Amino acid sequence: MPDVTMQVWRGDAGGGALEEYQVHAEEGEVVLDVIHRLQAGQANDLAVRWNCKAGKCGSCSAEINGKPRLMCMTRMNIFEPGEAVTVAPVRTFPIVRDLVTDVSYNFEMAKRVPAFAPKPREPDGTYRMSQEDVERLQEFHKCIECFMCQDVCHVIRDHEDNKANYAGPRMFIRYAELEMHPLDTVDRRPLLRGQAGLSYCNITKCCTEVCPESIHITDNAIIPLKERVVDSYYDPVAWLGRKIRRRGRRKATG
Amino acid sequence: MAEYETHDLDVVVIGAGGAGLRAAIEASAQGARTGLVCKSLLGKAHTVMAEGGIAASLGNVYPDDNWKVHFRDTMRGGKFLNNWRMAQIHAQESPERVLELEEWGALFDRTPDGRILQRDFGGHRFARLAHVGDRTGLEMIRTLQHHSVHQGIEVFMECTITRLLITDGHVAGALGYWRESGRFVIFRCKAAILATGGVGKAYKVTTNSWEGTGDGHALALWAGADLIDMEFLQFHPTGMVWPPSVRGLLVTESVRGDGGALRNSEGRRFMFDYIPELYRAETADTEEEADRWYTDRTSARRTPDLLPRDEVARAINTEVKAGRGSPHGGVFLDIASRRDPDYIKRRLPSMYHQFKELADVDITAEPMEIGPTCHYFMGGVRVEADTAASTVPGLYAAGETAGGMHGANRLGGNSLSDLLVFGRRAGLAAAQHALGRPRAAEIDAAQVEAATTHALAPFGREEGENPYAIQQDLQDCMQRLVGIIRREDELKEAQQELAALKERAKRVKVEGHRQYNPGWHLALDLDALLTLSECLTMGALQRTESRGGHTRDDYPKADDELGKVNMVIRRREDELSIEAEPLSQMPDDLKALLEDPH
Repeated sequence: MPDVTMQVWRGDAGGGALEEYQVHAEEGEVVLDVIHRLQAGQANDLAVRWNCKAGKCGSCSAEINGKPRLMCMTRMNIFEPGEAVTVAPVRTFPIVRDLVTDVSYNFEMAKRVPAFAPKPREPDGTYRMSQEDVERLQEFHKCIECFMCQDVCHVIRDHEDNKANYAGPRMFIRYAELEMHPLDTVDRRPLLRGQAGLSYCNITKCCTEVCPESIHITDNAIIPLKERVVDSYYDPVAWLGRKIRRRGRRKATG
Repeated sequence: MAEYETHDLDVVVIGAGGAGLRAAIEASAQGARTGLVCKSLLGKAHTVMAEGGIAASLGNVYPDDNWKVHFRDTMRGGKFLNNWRMAQIHAQESPERVLELEEWGALFDRTPDGRILQRDFGGHRFARLAHVGDRTGLEMIRTLQHHSVHQGIEVFMECTITRLLITDGHVAGALGYWRESGRFVIFRCKAAILATGGVGKAYKVTTNSWEGTGDGHALALWAGADLIDMEFLQFHPTGMVWPPSVRGLLVTESVRGDGGALRNSEGRRFMFDYIPELYRAETADTEEEADRWYTDRTSARRTPDLLPRDEVARAINTEVKAGRGSPHGGVFLDIASRRDPDYIKRRLPSMYHQFKELADVDITAEPMEIGPTCHYFMGGVRVEADTAASTVPGLYAAGETAGGMHGANRLGGNSLSDLLVFGRRAGLAAAQHALGRPRAAEIDAAQVEAATTHALAPFGREEGENPYAIQQDLQDCMQRLVGIIRREDELKEAQQELAALKERAKRVKVEGHRQYNPGWHLALDLDALLTLSECLTMGALQRTESRGGHTRDDYPKADDELGKVNMVIRRREDELSIEAEPLSQMPDDLKALLEDPH
């Protein structure tokens, strides 16, 4: 491959701009390879987060040609030859430096999720769950916490003030996996209805579209959560029935 | 002493992969004020890359399984050089640790009757690995991460520890810097736990991320602790080989556990040609028997594709050198012709995704090209088996950073279980030690000043070396001269190159300022990388035999006398020394387990 033109955002909280570099690229490479080559040669101090370089840790999220992507899973051959490739930090979080942003909001929201609390084990010391039930939740457990779903979510992308009262799609998956866990005994619906801000979500599915793990965030997590919350407040009979049938020992939190 | 941000803790845990998280959870549960310090964001540690599973003799698939068989398999896999007591504790406690993860919310794949499903892996006599498809590590780290959130642990993310502070021979604290601001920070503590993983970044072709720079090993060595077995390095037999940008990326052993077979360019299943004596009695010698074994354990013996990793990696290396390799210098791993696409996608979803996205290969339709890749350091900090205590009072080590558990070669699946078992034990012992001390030792200001001055020196140089260039040259040296097959002349050449690299590292120059500057971070990581590369090479020279993850072309056989000793490396007065020291004696009842005729 010939050299490629990379426009990389350089700067910090005080401001910055796209800077243009000509970088060598080789067959089969991804954007992160080219960023690493740029860093090793022309820009030693270029700040970028990465770890596994295999799409499994979710560290290297960036906005590539305006679209949130993992740098390690974006092949260079998807771009037109001669086309400049822009790499900018994700927009929803405050800039630290260059491509690195302050994602602490997500870790704060994670702290607010009430812990998993399982029912007691079976008399033989095991927990029994069917593969079918487990598989449904394993979809949510695939989340690599790249936070790109948080990045594109309209509720917080351009509304900083909403962040205090909105958990965001990543955390809704977390709530969903706990709410639907066959062993869990906690009721997080009051929290979802209140401080977690589930009702702010207006189901535009932007989160689902960017998910690198193809988790059906909206259809399989958010909508069922909304239904559960609504049911519990507007249809107490249905809620009670489900509560008795499926969960013996719920306790409310929130 | 200048004023530094200082945190007062009972226990500081360095590293937040599986071992560090489990250690912190335990230390905190004991009532110790616990801090968890990690170089990356929480939940990004290399444990997320573990794919296959957690080895534990739950006996859910094969009721005959128990800790004694797991112990035996582990010792055989380690070529009997393991710390037997660690191997015993590990085999006994891992089932409990797996059930505990489930109690904390982990969702393992299930058996038809709803219990935890277990899969086959190399060197394990029974299907033993609790797993979640092929992303078990992610499940494990996320479960520990979520659980830890509510345990009162103080988490310090994107913070790198560069020195342990020692006062009167006891741990007094740890000095580090915030990656974001570049400012220094001191963690004053009564005990420290090292859980920083391995040193894979000393090699060019590796499964490890940037973090695998041997920080914990080096911190221990510089603090006066012993390292053992540093010559034993596991090359995982199956890493991707093409395209170049992903060379080394892990391809899980589960591919073989779930039916995949290795073939050379002639289509031959060459592993049948490499069955070692130790495993001959329990390994199939025809393809028919090997294929039958997947469903019939009573009349068929296991496939040689699932021999321990050291055997398979060497065999692949030999095939490639003999000219029977694949187009890009590996061999073929074929599951496409052996299992149906739905099964492959269900059992190996992330492998399917990884090859499809990064190599344009559909593993349900064509074979993968794979080759050995630097994966795991069996050697590490010498610890007491029951407490994970190092030879320095107040200093503990767990997981890949600790040595002894895996002997000369680690079995797949025994790492995740090791992290849990010894992470917990380290947390427990460190907390008890800390709570028994009335106060933390005074910090020695001179040590802090020396370390901060050293760390900032690269900014002051007008002329100097690019840290990235030094790292690349180091990786090239280790890959070329201290690889799978080693020779005295090449090891000596490596020592000379390493000495030259150390000189260059003294002149390393960093551009820019201290705020989130990866060039500076790498410059500081070079200290540990170079030190550990030296230790590895030193051990490899000293061990004049071939055993497990250490193969000497000039000493191709195992030497019974060397099979009774650890190579112990120490640093005194800035000089490294190495000494052979005898292994501790295994009690007769455990010895009897190894004699098991299976």
